Amino acid sequence: MQIHISPHDGVPIYQQIVNQIKYLVSSGRLAAGEELPAIRVLAEKLIVNPNTVARAYRELESAGIVEKRRTAGTYVSDQGSPLARRERVKILSGRIDALLAEAQHMGVAVEDVVKLVQQRHAAMQSTRNEE
Amino acid sequence: MHEPFPSAAPPIVEIRRVTRRFGDKTALDDISLTVPRGGVFGLIGGNGAGKTTLIKHILGMLKAQSGSVQVFGLDPVQNPVGTLGRIGYLSEDRDLPNWMRVSELMSYTQAFFPNWDAAYAEELREAFDLDGKARIKTLSRGQRARAGLLIALAHRPELLVLDEPSSGLDPVVRRDILGAIIRTIADEGRTVLFSSHLLDEVERVADRVAIIHHGRILLTAPMDEIKETHRRMTLRFGQSLDRPPSLVGALSFEGQGAEWSYICSGESSQLRRAAEAIGATVVGDDTLTLDEIFVSRILS
Repeated sequence: MQIHISPHDGVPIYQQIVNQIKYLVSSGRLAAGEELPAIRVLAEKLIVNPNTVARAYRELESAGIVEKRRTAGTYVSDQGSPLARRERVKILSGRIDALLAEAQHMGVAVEDVVKLVQQRHAAMQSTRNEE
Repeated sequence: MHEPFPSAAPPIVEIRRVTRRFGDKTALDDISLTVPRGGVFGLIGGNGAGKTTLIKHILGMLKAQSGSVQVFGLDPVQNPVGTLGRIGYLSEDRDLPNWMRVSELMSYTQAFFPNWDAAYAEELREAFDLDGKARIKTLSRGQRARAGLLIALAHRPELLVLDEPSSGLDPVVRRDILGAIIRTIADEGRTVLFSSHLLDEVERVADRVAIIHHGRILLTAPMDEIKETHRRMTLRFGQSLDRPPSLVGALSFEGQGAEWSYICSGESSQLRRAAEAIGATVVGDDTLTLDEIFVSRILS
């Protein structure tokens, strides 16, 4: 699990951890049922206070992204849950908003952006098929 | 780890109204400070702010001229055995006996600490890549810091005190030191007090912070609270202004024309109301880095 903490951008560290784990889950790089590192292990790896990691895990748990199991570990939840779906829509909406703002700034119409998205999707599919 | 730090247990360090003068210079000016048990306490301030003087009072190396210092509920000057034996300390200048070999430093230090854990000391020596036969005076700056850290940690102290542990060290050694801080508090109940002017490190590892400036404590609070109650509010006004109107809670401002940024202390909702009251539109409401908060506090 690759997480990068930047103390320079002002976003609280627990929030950076939450955002990045949400992203890893939504993009499928962390699959349902996968175990997250223990709090202490992640704290030592990232060089952050263990309470900060604990807080991030709590937030992820209340957002339905991860769940604690009786064996004390923290696992990625089943992605079919409505909370996780809502979270995915939220992440994508944020990215789309940024894309649309940039397109508007460059004078590119929405229809052309949609067309470009489809083109990129097709290009990505064909490279994936070659692999 | 399931208990939120700091716990409700009695404080590890309790400093009440301590003043210290060196000649006509006031190094500590009526300082009161409480370090709760458990967690990492970051003491931040510029050069000459009084960090080292404060730490020397906690270690009983300086006697309070007025006020009182208690560590584990004891006066460290009157009861050095009851306090120092439970503290691991790494000084800023890492004053180790130059003529000793690393192995001699270890056995010498062991004699002072009944709780010395020889197996753990050996584990640390290997992890830090220290040669037992090497003389202290031949060690590099980084290896010297590691040797100092080893003897501060190997008796598994209840309180670990580090004075500017990272200053002048390369990133690898700094990582060792910060990793040691995290491992120390992950063992339940232990407390770390460290001073630093490297605020990105403090922001990563401390859960409570005190800002010291000109011998006074300007602010002491949990890190989360400090982050939540300091914001950069960017406001847009109806017309271009030479100087923006004052905003309740603002520590400093910068900008030009119709758009001005204020560094503020206060809750977001309360600052938004204050902004509306002076006829401005909030166009930005961001959290700050500890560095930015420190600078605005020092300058205001």
